[in-house]
Amino acid sequence: MLHIKCPHCGLRSQNEFSYGGDATVKRPELNKEVSDKGWDNFVYLRKSPRGKHLELWQHISGCRQWIKVERDTLTHEIFKTLKANEEA
Amino acid sequence: MSEIFRLEKGGLINRNKKLSFKFNGKKYFGYEGDTLASALLANGVHLVGRSFKYHRPRGFFGAGVDEPYAIVQMNRNNEVDPNVRATEQELFEGLEAKSVNCWPNVDFDIGAINNFLNKFFPAGFYYKTFMWPKSFWYKIYEPIIRKAAGFGAASIKHDKERYEHKYEYCDLLITGSGPSGLATAYAAAKNGARVILAEDKSRFGGSLLTSDVTIGNQSGQEWAEKIISELKSMPNVIVKNRSQVFGYYDHNMLVMSERVSDHLPKTDKYIPKQRLWYIRAKEVVISSGSIERPLVFGNNDSPGVMLSSAAKEYLKVYGVLVGKKPIVFTNNDSGYETAIEFKKNGIDPIILDTRKDANSEIIKEAKELNINIKFSYVVVAAKGYKKVNSADIAKISDDKKNISNIENIKCDCICVSGFWTPTIHLASQSGNKTKFNEEIDAFIPSQSKQKETTLGAANGVFTLEETIKTSFKKGSELSKQITNKESKVSIPTVVEKKSSNHDKFWCVPLPEGKNYKRFLDFQNDVAVSDIYLALREGYRSIEHVKRYTTLGMATDQGKTSNLNGLQLVSEVENKVVPQVGHTTFRPPYTPVSIGAIVGREIGKHSKPTRKSPMHYWHEKNNAVFVDAGVWLRPRYYKQGNEDLFEASKREAKNVRQNVGVCDVTTLGKIDIKGPDSAEFLNRVYTNAWLKLPVGKARYGVMLREDGIVMDDGTTTRISENHYHMTTTTAQAANVLSHLEYYLQLVWPELNVNVVSSTEQWAGAAIAGPKSRDVLQKLFPDLDVSKEGLPFMGYMEGNLFGVKAKIYRISFSGELAYEVNVESDNGNYMWEKIIEIGKEFNIQPYGTEALSTLRIEMGHVAGSELDGRTIPYDNSLEGLVSKKKDFIGKRSLSKTAYVAPDRQKVVGVIPLDKKTSIPEGSYIVKDAKAKLPNPKLGHVSASCWSVEYDNPFSLAIIKDGKNMIGQKLFALSPLKNKTIPVEIVSSHYVDPKGERVRS
Repeated sequence: MLHIKCPHCGLRSQNEFSYGGDATVKRPELNKEVSDKGWDNFVYLRKSPRGKHLELWQHISGCRQWIKVERDTLTHEIFKTLKANEEA
Repeated sequence: MSEIFRLEKGGLINRNKKLSFKFNGKKYFGYEGDTLASALLANGVHLVGRSFKYHRPRGFFGAGVDEPYAIVQMNRNNEVDPNVRATEQELFEGLEAKSVNCWPNVDFDIGAINNFLNKFFPAGFYYKTFMWPKSFWYKIYEPIIRKAAGFGAASIKHDKERYEHKYEYCDLLITGSGPSGLATAYAAAKNGARVILAEDKSRFGGSLLTSDVTIGNQSGQEWAEKIISELKSMPNVIVKNRSQVFGYYDHNMLVMSERVSDHLPKTDKYIPKQRLWYIRAKEVVISSGSIERPLVFGNNDSPGVMLSSAAKEYLKVYGVLVGKKPIVFTNNDSGYETAIEFKKNGIDPIILDTRKDANSEIIKEAKELNINIKFSYVVVAAKGYKKVNSADIAKISDDKKNISNIENIKCDCICVSGFWTPTIHLASQSGNKTKFNEEIDAFIPSQSKQKETTLGAANGVFTLEETIKTSFKKGSELSKQITNKESKVSIPTVVEKKSSNHDKFWCVPLPEGKNYKRFLDFQNDVAVSDIYLALREGYRSIEHVKRYTTLGMATDQGKTSNLNGLQLVSEVENKVVPQVGHTTFRPPYTPVSIGAIVGREIGKHSKPTRKSPMHYWHEKNNAVFVDAGVWLRPRYYKQGNEDLFEASKREAKNVRQNVGVCDVTTLGKIDIKGPDSAEFLNRVYTNAWLKLPVGKARYGVMLREDGIVMDDGTTTRISENHYHMTTTTAQAANVLSHLEYYLQLVWPELNVNVVSSTEQWAGAAIAGPKSRDVLQKLFPDLDVSKEGLPFMGYMEGNLFGVKAKIYRISFSGELAYEVNVESDNGNYMWEKIIEIGKEFNIQPYGTEALSTLRIEMGHVAGSELDGRTIPYDNSLEGLVSKKKDFIGKRSLSKTAYVAPDRQKVVGVIPLDKKTSIPEGSYIVKDAKAKLPNPKLGHVSASCWSVEYDNPFSLAIIKDGKNMIGQKLFALSPLKNKTIPVEIVSSHYVDPKGERVRS
């Protein structure tokens, strides 16, 4: 079980969090034209890197904040965690 | 039978407390402090089981977790417990156990014929034998294999025992209470660190219990006792015996299984049988010691052949002689220690040492005691079927290739020592890249990946002095980093006998013309010949050899077999061991009971149960409940002998004719506040929200970004910047996370706050043509007329002294209202509604009637919004705004979503108007078409229409729009039904929606 440092609450056990996918994906802006390919990329296509990965987690059983976690997908090492509005 | 193998005195057992127990139906005696193994050995019982594959007689090989044979089935307090190691099971009064893997009994076992047919059971015989004919697999092979497989049988009854989980944090977790564990724990505890010291056995001290050493001016055992009692008195230390740390997981999370009550005749009330500890440790010290390695020779699995360290432990801890005419067969000095203990207790052992010559303090002592030592000698084969009675021994050449001078000598046990294997399982599980140490012929931990340190014998350090010194130092060092405290601890002086180098020889060659089985893996019956075969057949990777031969795959995880297997592979392949590498160590280190893993989360405790404030009213009024997510909801209220069908029909009919009331507390509710709330809702929902006036509700549909409907519900504008959103019961948590995601990550510029208010409000839906009359009587001061409170209107009121919120919304399709009050007042509200509604024939209705009402109205719900449908499929396209953008809109233009024959929800009626259509049925054009019959769609929900008194279903079918009026078939292969049906509009009752507006 991972130990994740919530930037709002501190170190907590993984079972307080839920996983939210790739944190680098940017939603296309509203009311802007998006190509089919661009939209498919946003909705469906994700990289599955071996190694460092910036991902979203929500502290659902805690402060309910969405946070960013930089994690190694192979070793599970967590390098850093960020608030939703912080850039890696 | 008397305990003829028990010494007059000695050992750590309590001789004042005699215990009786039964093994295979026969009564024996032992003492408090015995294990089942030591008590049986004291009674001269060596035959305890039959081997896995060949059903060869098996006895005891070890004295602890490494035991590969002595697995028994326990019967404790009328519960069966399979897969129990007799070497770990402590004796208690009245214990009952029996052998496994034998029939009709361990003494005469029919399966033993496999031993004589062993030519037909080579490595991989499963893969070779049972492949053909294919039809034999289910009927013949599998049942036989299933019957023969496994150790013991699990009970099929519900386990009445209680198991618990516990979470704990500490600075240092120390696994094993031998010399290194004790020294580390002591030094760390003195520095103020929070320490957990875990010992798998009932007694603390590890090797100190059996070794002949002094620490300070005390014996090793006395020193251990002193340290333990001091640790126990310290508030920052948790000391646990009978506790096995079996798994090392990510981020220094370790799991430990504590056998709280297994050593007692029965589990006390309020105490669990076992407890699983999840321990998050800042630092982990692995002091798990080492396990003696077997030597490999003919019939080395016979009862009476055992590890020399085990023989010593039975002698020193339990006062039990494993034999009275022992042979000690060794390639190092450890065997001598066992021989010396035998000699001190009046038994004359013979030592066969594979080495040509060796000298050390220990050997000198053995010589001074006049022990018969034969250098360059080996055991070729053990003789005796159910118990060793003699051994063929021989001289071995200096190059260890040839044996000569074979002679047979009498003996009743053979104690083997092939040097020591560090227990690196936990270190390896943590991700440690282990390395091979040439000096000790074994793997030891090297580069730590997590915060883990391995000390003592587990790290390949086999001298006590070095172990004690490094452990005190490391314990102090690791704890100081955490506590910033350092208290001086003086390291005691150690006196121990020095030993000489071990011999790298471990596998005795076969004498000419003999084909004795020489076992490597004792639990899975893997012999040297099986490894040869696997290599001959082309298996090279150690992982493949392991799986093909099952070497090291048994419940003992290869504790005694792994290294010998590796050595053999490297020898045959002419490689060095590190090139071959070891197989992956995986948790659990020792078997863990399923009960302990599950803990308290069984039966109704497997998920939380949520009850509405009106729950007890429902109970008192004969509600039959159904699980709705984690909620319990009334499915129907039983009157007299009614069944579900009759009751739900009565309840639904009463809503259509008079008025009904339904507990809708479980609906998800989200409070939304902030100046940008309207804009936010406008982006979340598919329809327009900017112009919703205060005091009005609106139905909304929200999508995922892929265009699939996520949820639906009504949202009401309570005041300028305050909205009350409802979600379906099932999606409440997901919708909240979804909203938070967009507010926190995507549109942080929106000034909006959301919070769940599901539990704050109790809700009652009052539905039916007479609902307005009831409402008026509930709120006599309010104008609830058609004009005063129109459809989708909202007002606040006073319900006999209680604040209430009234929403004119409808799920049943009738004129209906939802009244919400604070949860604490829920039951009060409910009783008032029932009381006041009496004169209008009000009846409560459950989820079954609720479904009936919504299905015949054609309202889509969870069975249509099933995570696979878009708004069009549900005839919700009218709610999809063309003008504005919203979540998921871009996806709705995907080719498949705009296909002209896109699926759509329709109504389905059986042509006979009698036969109910099972939910999940396929809709097909031709009932008799060749399989696979192309399906048009499926039936999503079925009910008995109370309006028309015939069955009615909803279905989602391809090109549904153009299917209305068609005669098709509903197929239910599960129920074996073929029903001719007609496709109709999904809006079966009141298609114009006049009633809700009445």
